[in-house]
Amino acid sequence: MAGTTIYSAKTILTMNPARPRATHVAVREGRILGAGTLEELAGWGDYTLDERFADKVLMPGLVEGHAHTSEGSLWRYTYLGWFDRMDPAGKTWDGLKTIDAVLERLREAEGQLSGDTPLCGWGLDPIYMDNQRVNRQHLDQVSATRPIGVMHASGHILNVNTKALELAGLMKPGVNHPGIPLGPDGYPTGELKGPDVMTPVGPHVGFDRSLMDCDEMGLRDFAKLCVRTGVTTVTDLASRLEPETVEMMLRVTGEETYPARVVPLRFFLGLPPKELVAEVVRLKALATDRCRLGRIKVVADGSIQGFSARLKWPGYYNGAPNGLWYVAPEQMAEIYERALEAGVQVHTHTNGDQATELALDMLAPALMKHPSRDHRFTLQHCQLADAAQFRRMKALGMCVNLFANHHYYWGDEHYRLTVGPERATRMNACRTALEQGVPMTIHSDAPVTPLGPLFTAWAAVNRITASGRVQGEHERIGVDDALWAVTMGAAYTLHLDGEVGSIETGKRADFAVLEQDPTTVEPMALKDVPVWGTVQGGRVFAASAI
Amino acid sequence: MSALPVTVIGGYLGAGKTTLVNHLLRHAGGRRLAVLVNEFGTLPIDADLIEAEGDTLISIAGGCVCCSFGNDLTAALMQMRQLDPRPDHVLIESSGVAIPGSIMATAALLAEVRCDGVVVLADAGDIRRAFDDPYIGDTIARQLAQADIVILNKMDLAPEPPETLTAWVAAQAPGAAVVPCRDAQVPAEVVIGLGPHPVEAHAHAHDHADGLFESIVLTPAASEDAAGLARQIATGPYGVVRAKGWLRTPEGMALIQVAGRQGTATPASPESREGLVCIGLKGQLDIAALHALAARETASG
Repeated sequence: MAGTTIYSAKTILTMNPARPRATHVAVREGRILGAGTLEELAGWGDYTLDERFADKVLMPGLVEGHAHTSEGSLWRYTYLGWFDRMDPAGKTWDGLKTIDAVLERLREAEGQLSGDTPLCGWGLDPIYMDNQRVNRQHLDQVSATRPIGVMHASGHILNVNTKALELAGLMKPGVNHPGIPLGPDGYPTGELKGPDVMTPVGPHVGFDRSLMDCDEMGLRDFAKLCVRTGVTTVTDLASRLEPETVEMMLRVTGEETYPARVVPLRFFLGLPPKELVAEVVRLKALATDRCRLGRIKVVADGSIQGFSARLKWPGYYNGAPNGLWYVAPEQMAEIYERALEAGVQVHTHTNGDQATELALDMLAPALMKHPSRDHRFTLQHCQLADAAQFRRMKALGMCVNLFANHHYYWGDEHYRLTVGPERATRMNACRTALEQGVPMTIHSDAPVTPLGPLFTAWAAVNRITASGRVQGEHERIGVDDALWAVTMGAAYTLHLDGEVGSIETGKRADFAVLEQDPTTVEPMALKDVPVWGTVQGGRVFAASAI
Repeated sequence: MSALPVTVIGGYLGAGKTTLVNHLLRHAGGRRLAVLVNEFGTLPIDADLIEAEGDTLISIAGGCVCCSFGNDLTAALMQMRQLDPRPDHVLIESSGVAIPGSIMATAALLAEVRCDGVVVLADAGDIRRAFDDPYIGDTIARQLAQADIVILNKMDLAPEPPETLTAWVAAQAPGAAVVPCRDAQVPAEVVIGLGPHPVEAHAHAHDHADGLFESIVLTPAASEDAAGLARQIATGPYGVVRAKGWLRTPEGMALIQVAGRQGTATPASPESREGLVCIGLKGQLDIAALHALAARETASG
């Protein structure tokens, strides 16, 4: 790739405020020589003019700051969600609106299985079906002899059939566990709530590995989704990063045709803080351009819709008891201190506002001990943060990655059930974050919601819920801010803003290739802007050809 | 194969869980213990006890092992069952923020497991402050509320009279036996129950460890309703922390086991030796009342 290629485009959105628009971009050695007019770029010397994007719109390659590569693996199971969703091969699966439709799709999938292979489905979300419970009798209609498991969209509930319960030794009366509801007959209904009870049954229905860690095929499939959604840099947040996973990720992402830059974060459990930080320092030294190892992910609390997030007073709107801690304050404090000392970045999952408060409270003294002027510790989700907390984030030099998609998928639930109208209206406060000067990005948490930064941007711009209400008009942001958030904003949270996130001299030649200009379509149509594919490190990937 | 007894050891950071586990390993009285920890963090076992270290399994003196279970407790428990020789007792040391009752509920899903008590440690020097901590207070409250036995450790650091603190802890853990101690020095039979021969062990153990505990044996014993008697001993005002033994019922011999506020009865072999051993804190074990209870049961049985 020694030569220079100049691409022409209908227009180029550079995210470089000094030169926001261009018609051409010159690429050499996988990097951007510059963006401007053809005449300007011709000054770099001999070039090949490539006009394949002449009727396309180029943006900086989109950066997804919170996703899980396990989305790639999930697509090997049968999709059963309420919403239409595109798979890695580009096929859009229709959303299923009734339990009968779910069973019908499972029957079709069942017909293609041989032997006693378990049947696995994913993405079920009964809250859109008036919270109808799926039980083992439903799934028994699909097969009484083959074990069946259906994972909910939240990832926190697994439905299984009678056969699966038998294999797991749970098809008996008198089971006494809060995660295993019993039917009127005294036997489990087949609904398994929470990892404590999902984990032991999972292997019997084909969910036989940690959904947190990606496998080789999943990593490849995930990259196809990246190309289809214009993503060129994507986080894997988080992985246990066992040695064989690290080896596999380095090998696969290093292949000439692997189309994305993956940023895997090391999950904090499994090692005490001192060894954790040492391990991540070791991993950092193994990093390559397309596999950016060397960051830590801490999980402070659970999820709001699962009532396991930690909320400040007055807690849950429906009176549910406060959620669960997944880290002790002392442990968080020690990780922060040691990571700051070693120059390792930490991203912390805090869904509830008390979890956010804890992270702020633990980081402040750690920074007194190890002043680090550019740590960019990032709060992930941070859904319930109030304005005062955003001001503290700003003061402490933190970044935030807000879960803008949540309004669309669960906003109605938050309004009516989890946190109530007032807090639902200020959840994922994008405008407040920007007004307080907190570096901000927005995310999908794929596979929790589909990968697709343009959709996420749409969600932040419009704040529409699934039922069509605008929830939190005040916290809506403009299209320009939203597009900045999914490019430069996300790159900043990863210390990659000097390399990616804008189209300007010296940066990686990473582009999202779009069929329309997202700044000129109606804001309500932002999510529908078609993605042609990407250019990643100067390599062209057409969605139609992967 | 008989069910594998499992005790969960919970409590917040610093309460002394690891100290207690090591103490038990040193005083297991010939029982092979398997210690399950969430993960190998800072090594949970004293170095002088370790015989060999693997990635997921540590071999410990006396035929004991320590194993990390990560996110799959069920698989780890199955693995313990398959060890040869099989451990006599499993201790699950939970993480500081874990809810120990949930761990026990998960372990109990296995038919081959017998729940043998949720033991929660509390730091006598810090529990009152921690209980009011806005972040972790409710977690500690949940831990205490689920305890069958509370070990109120570090009593030497208690900032208030021992009786006051013990009474306060008892109120946070309704029904649980509360055992004050220092340095997690508690007799093994209090934490993991009496071994396979409780009556013989009773005959030989005239003073329990530091002399803070005493035990009696109720014999002969018979009952119409062994399960009811087990519950009575566990929940009644008898000061019993642990009990184990066999008695006659109209259906045959029954094995009674008490862990703090939990009392169970299960059918036992006809050859089982009659006699029920009860352990409690000296001065709290109501020997007269227990004998009266046994006599009433025998009369009605």
